[in-house]
Amino acid sequence: MEGIVDLQVFQLLTAYIFILILLFIVRKRGIKREKEIIISSIRMTLQLILTGYILTYVFSNSNPFITISVICIMETFAIFNIYKRVKSPLSFNLKKIIALSMVIGTSVSILYFILIVLNLSPWYNPRYFIPISGMLIGNSMTGISLGVNKLVDGMISKKHIIETSLMLGATPKKASKSIVNNAFDSAILPTINAMVGMGIVFLPGMMTGQILSGISPLSAIKYQIAIMLGILGSVSLTVIIFVQLGYKTFFNNEHQLKL
Amino acid sequence: MFVLENIKYKDILNIKNLTIPERKITCLIGESGSGKTTLLKLLNKMISPTKGSIHFKNKAIKYIDSIKLRRNVVMLSQTPVIFRGTIKDNLLKGLNFSEKPIVNDNTLKEILSKVHLDKSLDLNAKELSGGEKQRLALGRIMLMNADIYLLDEPSSSLDENTEDIIINEFVKYIKTNNKTLVMVTHSKTIAKTYADNIIEINKGKVKGEI
Ligand SMILES: Nc1ncnc2c1ncn2[C@@H]1O[C@H](COP(=O)(O)OP(=O)(O)O)[C@@H](O)[C@H]1O
Ligand SMILES: [Mg+2]
Repeated sequence: MEGIVDLQVFQLLTAYIFILILLFIVRKRGIKREKEIIISSIRMTLQLILTGYILTYVFSNSNPFITISVICIMETFAIFNIYKRVKSPLSFNLKKIIALSMVIGTSVSILYFILIVLNLSPWYNPRYFIPISGMLIGNSMTGISLGVNKLVDGMISKKHIIETSLMLGATPKKASKSIVNNAFDSAILPTINAMVGMGIVFLPGMMTGQILSGISPLSAIKYQIAIMLGILGSVSLTVIIFVQLGYKTFFNNEHQLKL
Repeated sequence: MFVLENIKYKDILNIKNLTIPERKITCLIGESGSGKTTLLKLLNKMISPTKGSIHFKNKAIKYIDSIKLRRNVVMLSQTPVIFRGTIKDNLLKGLNFSEKPIVNDNTLKEILSKVHLDKSLDLNAKELSGGEKQRLALGRIMLMNADIYLLDEPSSSLDENTEDIIINEFVKYIKTNNKTLVMVTHSKTIAKTYADNIIEINKGKVKGEI
């Protein structure tokens, strides 16, 4: 671990010059974004400082209860973030299904990854458990948000197609099949595309971080490959649970479209 | 065959008594917005009444499985919906959805000639004009060989000449096969020519009822 550059605070401060440049540009061009830029920079800084202290505490007090609590908090934030990201109004049932799919899809993937792939010991070791869960939950959140948007939009814009299918004697499942497939496909596509660009177009954040902190590139890519597969699994599992249960909320017991 | 009693659907329909006979041709007429489409949708359970009861062959419709009912009481909506794919794909869609056996290309061609659609089975259906799409949609439901048909203004995008030929053809199909037809039409001539039974809907009520 020799030769690691530990960033001094004043060095860090010099990096804020990039924010100043951006502020200068938007002001000069009359783009009204200054407030958002300032707020997001401050939020980023404060949130990361806070996270730094929290993680320091959590890492030095390794215990299963704390690890699980952190995961629960991340999961909750992720779920509310999804509700916020979806433009169309969500029914209560659909919200329940989003939460359920996130919890089941990510938990199964996290446990598999931690227990089988990494074979971590102790299993709750926060130094691994928390960042890995964060990546799986974060990516699943992005995936399912796309899926929800596509499903709701599809149900509304293809209303006549669904109605005609029902009139031709289709089950709700068959009538919404193409919309469900389309939602699933759009939700997993960004993850698949990310794999294609991996290592060539960009070095993923986690790998960059590991390399900067002194781990050999070959160890770093092993982790990166594993985590990428884990992400794909978690996104797929979460989204498939969501679409399989989600389309049903648009129909009632009489197999009528509730729109 | 259909017996409606004290039916209310939201503020749209209010029908005290209505009977639609089996193996007959019933025409629904009335101004636009009077509730004709809504009435048809009650008959195949695309919607359920807010109040009142509907019986189908002496059985309360609420105890009949919606999907089974719709496979027997097939409805054609006012604006034809065409699925992605060829004319053949579209014709087979009804059989697929209702889980009926697939038929061969010759049967499909016969259906096309019955609805006077002189096109190749492999033509992409989105190339068709509005009137042609409507005839395709009509062919699609004829293929399903249902007992009861509900047609919602089947000729609204056809010119008068084609309208006559197509309706005539469909009525012939209904009569020779002893089927039941309930048809919404804006044309009093069609109603007078073909209907055994004419029902006029006026502001959500059956005309003549109080
Ligand atoms: N899903 C619906 N919700 C509320 N009102 C509707 C709905 N569908 C139709 N309506 C209204 O009900 C009335 C009857 O509609 P409709 O049955 O389509 O009439 P018609 O087929 O005779 O032209 C119209 O005033 C229409 O605006
Ligand atoms: Mg209508």
